Amino acid sequence: MISPGSPPGSSSQSPRSPSAPLFLSVTVTDPVKLGNGVQAYISYRVITKTNLPEYQGPEKIVIRRYSDFVWLHDRLAEKYKGIFIPPLPEKSAVEKFRFSAEFIEMRRQALDIFINRIASHPQLKQSEDLRTFLQEDEETMERARSQETGIFKKKPTDLMQIFKDVQSMVSDVVLGKEKPVEESNPEYEKLKHYIFELEDHLAEAQKQAYRLVKRHRELGQSLADFGKAIKLLGACEGDSLGKVFSDLGSKSELLSIKLQKEAHNLLMNFEEPLKDYVRAVQSIKATMTDRANAFRQQCELAETTKLKEINLDKLMLMRSEKAVEAEIEYKELKAESEEATRRFETIVKLMSEEMMRFQEQKTADLGLAFHEFARGQAKLANEIADAWRSLVPKLDACSPSMCS
Amino acid sequence: MMGAENHYGLEPPPPREEMETLALVDDDHPSTDPHPLAAVPATLHGGDPLLFPPPSPHSPSSSSPSPSPSSSFLDPPAYADVVFSPFDSQNGTSSGSNSPRCAAAAASEYARITVSDPQKEQETSGSLVPGGGTYVTYLITTKIRTPASGGGGPTEFRVRRRFRDVVTLADRLAESYRGFFIPPRPDKSVVESQVMQKHEFVEQRRSAIEKYLRRLAAHPVIGKSDELRVFLRTPGKLPLSASTDVASRMLDGAVRLPKQLFGEGGGGYAGPQDVVQPAKGGRDLLRIFKELKQSVANDWGGAKPAVVEEDKEFLERKEKVQDLEQQLSTASQQAEALVKAQQDIGETLGELGLAFIKLAKFETEEATYDSQRIRAADIKCLATAAVKASRFYRESNAQTVKHLDTLHEYLGLMLSVHSAFSDRSSALLTVQTLLSDLSSLHARAEKLEAASSKIFGGDKSRIRKLEDLKETIRITEDAKSCAIRGYERIKENNKTELERLDRERRDDFVAMLRGFVVNQVGYAEKIANVWAKEAEETSRYAKESN
Repeated sequence: MISPGSPPGSSSQSPRSPSAPLFLSVTVTDPVKLGNGVQAYISYRVITKTNLPEYQGPEKIVIRRYSDFVWLHDRLAEKYKGIFIPPLPEKSAVEKFRFSAEFIEMRRQALDIFINRIASHPQLKQSEDLRTFLQEDEETMERARSQETGIFKKKPTDLMQIFKDVQSMVSDVVLGKEKPVEESNPEYEKLKHYIFELEDHLAEAQKQAYRLVKRHRELGQSLADFGKAIKLLGACEGDSLGKVFSDLGSKSELLSIKLQKEAHNLLMNFEEPLKDYVRAVQSIKATMTDRANAFRQQCELAETTKLKEINLDKLMLMRSEKAVEAEIEYKELKAESEEATRRFETIVKLMSEEMMRFQEQKTADLGLAFHEFARGQAKLANEIADAWRSLVPKLDACSPSMCS
Repeated sequence: MMGAENHYGLEPPPPREEMETLALVDDDHPSTDPHPLAAVPATLHGGDPLLFPPPSPHSPSSSSPSPSPSSSFLDPPAYADVVFSPFDSQNGTSSGSNSPRCAAAAASEYARITVSDPQKEQETSGSLVPGGGTYVTYLITTKIRTPASGGGGPTEFRVRRRFRDVVTLADRLAESYRGFFIPPRPDKSVVESQVMQKHEFVEQRRSAIEKYLRRLAAHPVIGKSDELRVFLRTPGKLPLSASTDVASRMLDGAVRLPKQLFGEGGGGYAGPQDVVQPAKGGRDLLRIFKELKQSVANDWGGAKPAVVEEDKEFLERKEKVQDLEQQLSTASQQAEALVKAQQDIGETLGELGLAFIKLAKFETEEATYDSQRIRAADIKCLATAAVKASRFYRESNAQTVKHLDTLHEYLGLMLSVHSAFSDRSSALLTVQTLLSDLSSLHARAEKLEAASSKIFGGDKSRIRKLEDLKETIRITEDAKSCAIRGYERIKENNKTELERLDRERRDDFVAMLRGFVVNQVGYAEKIANVWAKEAEETSRYAKESN
């Protein structure tokens, strides 16, 4: 563990001279099961290598658990509205499965991808919460995490906003306005439609990919069973034919192992990327919700401000003593309204940049997944061909008159 | 039992119109071959719901293949691949065209037997079912192998037979060819006939009869039998006498029983003509009881019966056969599971391809970014590869089914072996019973002689009894010789058949394994090519660290 106080430039690995390109690379590794019984959980080693000035030292290692990642994700989601926050792997539903080697590996890989996406995102990588996550010791992390529960998550102004939201929702219902206010932007409508339908298509593809993994396992199992049975059947035959049976049975068992390997490869390098794609789309949906909320707020505040303005003018005309108070309120509200408009417009601008990024990213991700898929399948098919082919000369040697 | 043409009952995949309308690059040649798993199509007569399968708008059911021109995933390999020997199933041989089994089949006088054209007919004379029963007849076409010299005489025979005739044939063969491994006949399968659709059942039966007749024809001894010849060639009513049902047989036997028990003349003892048939299933109740008593004495009594199964070689072989049967059963099950697993993986790959095709189409239509268009093209590429691979899996599997079917065939054959072995043991039991009869007869004769010699001048009634007894002894001696001859003959048949089993099994198994392996290699190579190309196409996305 490198001490945080090491002087800059003392490590020969990553010079901090301005001419070197700035980088930030993170690895999530070494899952370890900690704790007992119901309290048990997995911890990961998070290794950060960087030459960014905001970070301590060229390398830092911390221990983190899944809920720490969730904390980071939620903080980013709150602060960076409009950006598609990289998705997290799901919480596991089934207790039994939680500590299976496969699940742990899948999760580790997903978390690694998650953190690296944040670290390479132009805005997100500057986040203070990211720095906290990557550098602070475990106690600090735990404290930060436990503060985020319940309504303490929200800052006071946000709290007000919630009440206002509820208020306006109630008045909407009372006034008979059931449908929330929505943007009437045809391009955005198209995008929404695209995202929703995309999720369906992807979910279907991911489902089939998962099924394919299962099929590989099943085929592997049946090859193992078949191999065994063939060997036993061969024992009923004479010497040389019996030997061929035995060889065939062995090859069958060998291929069974290869199939299990390919099943794992498929899971990690084909099915997981598809699942990741689905999660990414869901993250976009979350941003869309944020956008809708921001739009609604902007509209409502604009409306309320207008009302207040009208009221103020009335009061000023009447030279009422309430006018002063009203003016102050009006100015406050106007500022809030402008803030809400700014928030909304930021989201719109960010979204369009993010969308382009998303499409490019996905083309690359999917391309890689396809490549791995094709490679794995080709390798498997070749292994199958080789294994069976080796038996042909032996079978040819078994002409009826010769073998006995 | 081995009724179905294909043991696996694999159905063609669910509706795949979407896949079939795919305009794929490098599409395989469309074929008009029927689905390899479908039975030979029967010509069906108009509109009879019994015989005419319901119209299926989507995929062909296994009883009426309707090949669409674009069902190209059922093609034989499109390349001229020397490795693949076309799979021919003529006359019950299950091996490739080069094996000696084909040569044996070629020696059969029947070049080809076909069962077709099921028709409903009315029961003419009084049937037990009120209102008149109907039954189905099948057209059986037999082509005779013409001698090279081109001798005269008809080369093709057509007869109409019903299932009951097949049963008769089987029963007659069982009587005449004891000790042989007679191919088992199709089941009567009462349950199935209730459960299945009529036309499906008829088709299954048609196919089973065809297989059965072909196997009979291929048997070196039975193929030459009169019974088979008569069955295949004689038009009109089958001239083989039908076996009566068990009920009347029992009644018949019960009538004779009192006579037998009270010892009227020769009614008590089996004559030579009777002993060549086993007691069980016959009409001679007394004989059945006696042999049963003998077998109990064999099992429980301390005394060894006069003749035992001493043939060590036979006993060893019997044990081996039992072992073989067990392993065949397991292997047959696992083969079925393997075929299913291969089927499933091919299917899922196809569905994956389909899902990706839809995705690609969607992305293309909705594309607003270039990266989307590129991605859509990538997805389509992968989908195409997946669909191609899926087709290869399916084709490969269709062949695998045929090759591994040998296991099921031999498992079915085990029944014939059991039958032949039980012929032997019942013949032995008959011999043992007769021998013990003889010894008790001799004992009685001695007693009578001793008693009558004490009376001066002879005891007329005793002398007469003694003479009757001596007559009975003579008959029984004849019967015993006959029974022993019959037993020896069966032993001999067992032996030759066991040798034939070993020989043919060896050849068939080698052919099976070779066929299986070669098929797997061929298709694995093709699938590897498909994916290698796709990997090549996507190589630009590969991680640099690779």
